[in-house]
Parts: sequence; structure tokens; C-alpha cells
Amino acid sequence: MSDRATMQMGQADLRVSLWRRAVDQFATFIAGGTVVLVLLPLGAVFGYLVYKGIGSLNWAFLTQTPQPVGEAGGGMANAIAGSALILGIASLIGVPLGIGAGIYLAEYGRNRFGDLIRFTADVLNGVPSIVIGIVAYSIVVLTQKHFSALAGGVALAIMMIPTITRATEEMLLLVPISVREAAYGLGVPRWRTTLSITLRTATSGVITGVMLAFARVAGETAPLLFTAFGNTYWNWNVNQPTAALPLQIFTYAISPFDEWHRQAWAGALILIVLIVVSVCAVRIAAGRGMLKGTS
Amino acid sequence: MANRALGARPLTSPDVAVRPTLTTKPSAKPEPLIKDSGSQWADRTFQLAMLACGLAVLLLVALIIYELATKGALAWHAFGWKFFFRRDWDPVNDNYGALPFIYGTIASSLLALVIAVPLAIGVAVFITEMSPRWLRAPLSFTTELLAAIPSVIYGLWAIFVLVPMLREHVQPWLARYLGWTGFFEGPPYGIGMLAAGVILAIMIIPIISSITREVMTAVPQQQREAVLALGATRWEMIRLGVLRNARAGILGGVILGLGRALGETMAVTMVIGNRAEIATSLFAPGYTMASVIANEFSEASGDLYLSSLVQVGLALFLVTIVVNILAQLLVWSVTRGAPARSHV
Repeated sequence: MSDRATMQMGQADLRVSLWRRAVDQFATFIAGGTVVLVLLPLGAVFGYLVYKGIGSLNWAFLTQTPQPVGEAGGGMANAIAGSALILGIASLIGVPLGIGAGIYLAEYGRNRFGDLIRFTADVLNGVPSIVIGIVAYSIVVLTQKHFSALAGGVALAIMMIPTITRATEEMLLLVPISVREAAYGLGVPRWRTTLSITLRTATSGVITGVMLAFARVAGETAPLLFTAFGNTYWNWNVNQPTAALPLQIFTYAISPFDEWHRQAWAGALILIVLIVVSVCAVRIAAGRGMLKGTS
Repeated sequence: MANRALGARPLTSPDVAVRPTLTTKPSAKPEPLIKDSGSQWADRTFQLAMLACGLAVLLLVALIIYELATKGALAWHAFGWKFFFRRDWDPVNDNYGALPFIYGTIASSLLALVIAVPLAIGVAVFITEMSPRWLRAPLSFTTELLAAIPSVIYGLWAIFVLVPMLREHVQPWLARYLGWTGFFEGPPYGIGMLAAGVILAIMIIPIISSITREVMTAVPQQQREAVLALGATRWEMIRLGVLRNARAGILGGVILGLGRALGETMAVTMVIGNRAEIATSLFAPGYTMASVIANEFSEASGDLYLSSLVQVGLALFLVTIVVNILAQLLVWSVTRGAPARSHV
């Protein structure tokens, strides 16, 4: 359309318009080029993960604990279990608190105080993960006098809360006020309306927020360094140091042994599959419509 | 749904007629038409419980500040302000200064911005204004996937793929043609400030790009149409009609990316070389505030050592908070009051 407009300007402008069209083409070319440049590392990361990871992935990797240095074989079973334990603790603490704060903001927090909490949640969201690690260390590890899965869970929970809070609030606000009014009209008390009408309507959106928070902390390593600490044996005790998949990947990646590097790639492949599957699940769920009952 | 409340409240006809007008706050009404103190009590309890969850968020941030301030107090008393301007980091003699880490954090983050900003804005422009409609969703999903990859996996990839590539191909080239600038001198180890900057750039591109996209979408469609109507080419329309209107928000996105880069720990720790030195050359190893905490915190023996590390953490916390708030304000200045998205 713009081309035709420039043509009509007359012969005198033709030289300029050719130049301008060349610039336009060039800009399109450059922008397209940046997309390729950005997708390149993404492709490279996934390519290498699959290429290096598949080769090292075997039954022993998924069922055994690490072997001592110099011995082949062994696996990361205890780290996978440890990650599950830590993430479980984090979810137990973070999900109810996050959803509760989200409910407060959406249903009672349309005021100055709500704005303060909203702002604080955004601040908490931007705190570097390593700093969260220090705080979890001071609160839990120093109290217990040793590293533990609980400390790791607390650190990850702190990181989950702001994401879940803001997502819950956003989703609850999408529920039309008339739905609430219908419930009030039937004489349903406010707390029940919130829990079994509003929250229920927004369930899939809230789950999306929870899954995103989960995916975000599942790969976190920094806050676990001096909270969960790592462990080469099985551990199901929340009060003991525990291995975690990202920690094990880190330890193996910076080690000087080829066998450990191989296992680091395999561990990374498992971790990324876990995360990408949850992110994609969220995407598909979101594509089906955030809110089942409305719109 | 089973509704116990219905059974508990015998509704008489006049009440039903009045009830709908009380909709928003039935329990807060001073003289309820239907007496039901049980549900009022439940309402109050529920509200308090939710308030407690909200307060927990406030409390957590207060706790973070309190813990960092008290645990870092020892280093503060020992060194004062000078802590941030001293170059020594010597655990053996209990002598600490944070300057090399502050320098490393700022240098690696700025380097990352220099690489990431043009690329991220290019991607955002392409996705929102140029790409065919069918390509938009897949492209934005793929770039966001970059953000979902954990830091430690970027680090792993950087150690075994990026660093050898820099060492064998990029660094010799840079040293030959740009060595005279002083930024590309010394032996090309691969590991060092340059590797940290590149991996950080890859990690912050999705953040900057998605904020830029959001801000550009908030620019009213009429702006585009007006510029096009004046005979502009598509690029001129993007430059004059979109980018110029969105620049405050784009700056916000860039600063948000900076905030993420400042606090990034694992990938940087794995490739920056971890040496507390200040060097002009980007080939030289460095150290950042986040990496020194990651590497030395669990092994720190001695109260002053630990306290100094916490003090570094406090500085990192304060800087990222200020940067993030600034970014948030800038993004809001563009997206607030934006019309419904007329084109997606």
C-alpha cells in the first residue's frame, strides 16, 4: 500500500523513494536476521542436550546413586528423588500461601494496602535467587545447625510465592463480577463464594500460574547450594542434606572427569524435558481458554 | 452444588426482593435482613486468613532485608563504606573489599546488554510488525522457551560448546582486528568476561524481547495508520510510529533485562573464571557478586568472611531492587491506559 502511495508522488521523488524502499527492505532483512541469530543458540542448546544426553541416558542412570570418582556407571536416581522431595516441600509451602495472597489481592485488596502487597510481591519476584539462598540459610540452616532438604524447600517456596500470587490475582479478576453476585444472590456467604465459585471458575488459570512457578524453580541451582547442599546417597529425611538434579549437574559440569561430564549432560536432558513438558502443558491448557466457565 | 447456607436461611418473599441490591458486601451491612452470625464469623476468619497470606509476602521481604542487614553488620562495622571500594579479597588475612565483584557484575551485565538489546528489539520488531501472521505465535513461543531453560543448563552448554568456540574462532579474530582497542588482549582462554557476557546476553534476550513486544502492541493502531497515510514505508512507520512511542517502555524492558543479568548466578559462575581481579581486557577472567557468594558461602570459615559475603549479597539485593522498580515504572508509563489490543 505504501509503495503505491510513493509511486503517485511523481517522478521527482522516485530516486528518494527507491532509497527509502531499499532501507525498508534492509530493515526487514536485519530484523529477520536477528530472529535467526536468537534462535540459533536455542537450537544449539537443545541439539547438544539431545545429542550428548541420549548417549549417556540408560537404566543405571535412572536407578543408581553416583559412583566414586574413577569408577564408571552410577546414576542420578537419588538426585531426581531429592529434587522431587525439595520441590514437594516448596509446593506445600508456596502454593497455599501464594494462592491465599492472590485471593486477598483480588477480593479484598482493591486499596492502598493491597497496592503495597502487590508492589512487594513484584519486588520479591526480582530478588536474585542467590540472595534468597542466603536468607533461607540464615533462617533454616542456622536454626537447624545443618543443611537440609527443608531449607532448600523453603528457599524455592519463597521464589514461587510472588509468581503464584500475581497469577492468581489476575485470574480471579477475570471472573465476571456477575458470577459472584449470582452466588451472593442465592445467599452463599462470601468465603464460600470465593472458594467454590470464583476460585473454582478460575482453576485452570491458577493451575497455569502454579505450573509456571514450578517450572521456574525446578531448575534453580543457586538457592540450593548452601541449603539442600547435595548428597551422594539416598535421602528421604527432610532434615538431612539432599541431592538435587540441578546441583548434581553443576557439580559434575565443573568437575574434571569425562564420565561426570557425560552424566551432567544426561541429567540436563532429564531436567529440560521435565521443564519443557510442564511449560508446554501450560501453553496447551492456556490455549484451551484460561477460564472454563466464562467467556 | 450443595448449598448448606440455603437450607439454613429461610427466605421470605420480601427479603428476596431486597437482597440483590446488597450484593457486593452482604456481611458488612450493619443491620442484616437475614440474621446469620455463623456465616459472618466464617467470612471474617476467611478474610483474616487471606490477609495473613498477603502479609506473609510483606513479611518475607522485610525478613530478607533484616537477615541481610544483621548478618552483614560485622563487615559493615569492620570496613564501612570503604568495603565497596577496596580491591582486596583475602580470606587468609581476613581482609575484604567488594570492588572486583562489583566491577565484574557491572561489566558482564553491560556487555550482555550491548549484545542483547539490538537482537532483542530486532526480534520484537520482526514478530509484532513484520512476520506473517501464522509465524507469530510459534516465534514468540520459541523465544520464550529460551527463558525456560535453567541457568545451570546454559552454564553446562557454555562450558562445553560456547567456550571452546570462543577460544578457537571468535577470540583470535577479535584479537587480530580489534586488539588495538585494549578490550581484546591477552591469551584467549575462552573462559572469562566475554563468555559470561555472551551467555548472559542469550539468557536476557527473551525478557527484553517479550517486554518490547508487549509495549509495541500497546501503541495504538491509529499511530501506525497515520504514519502510513503520510506515505511512509513500513520501516519508517515502525521507526516513527511505533518505536518512538514505545521507547520509554522499551527502555524499561532493557533495564528489566539488566536486573536479571545482575543477579544471574550459575551460568556466569561456570564460565567467568572466578578470579577477583579488575582487568580491561574482556578475555581476562573476572568474578561477580553473585558468583562469589555461590562459590565461597558454604566454605566460608570465620565470621567476618561470612559477614562480608552477606554484605555483598545485601548490595546485590539493593541494586537489583532499585533497577527493577525503575524498569517497572518505565513499562507502566507506556502500557498503562493502553487501549485494547486491536491487532494481535
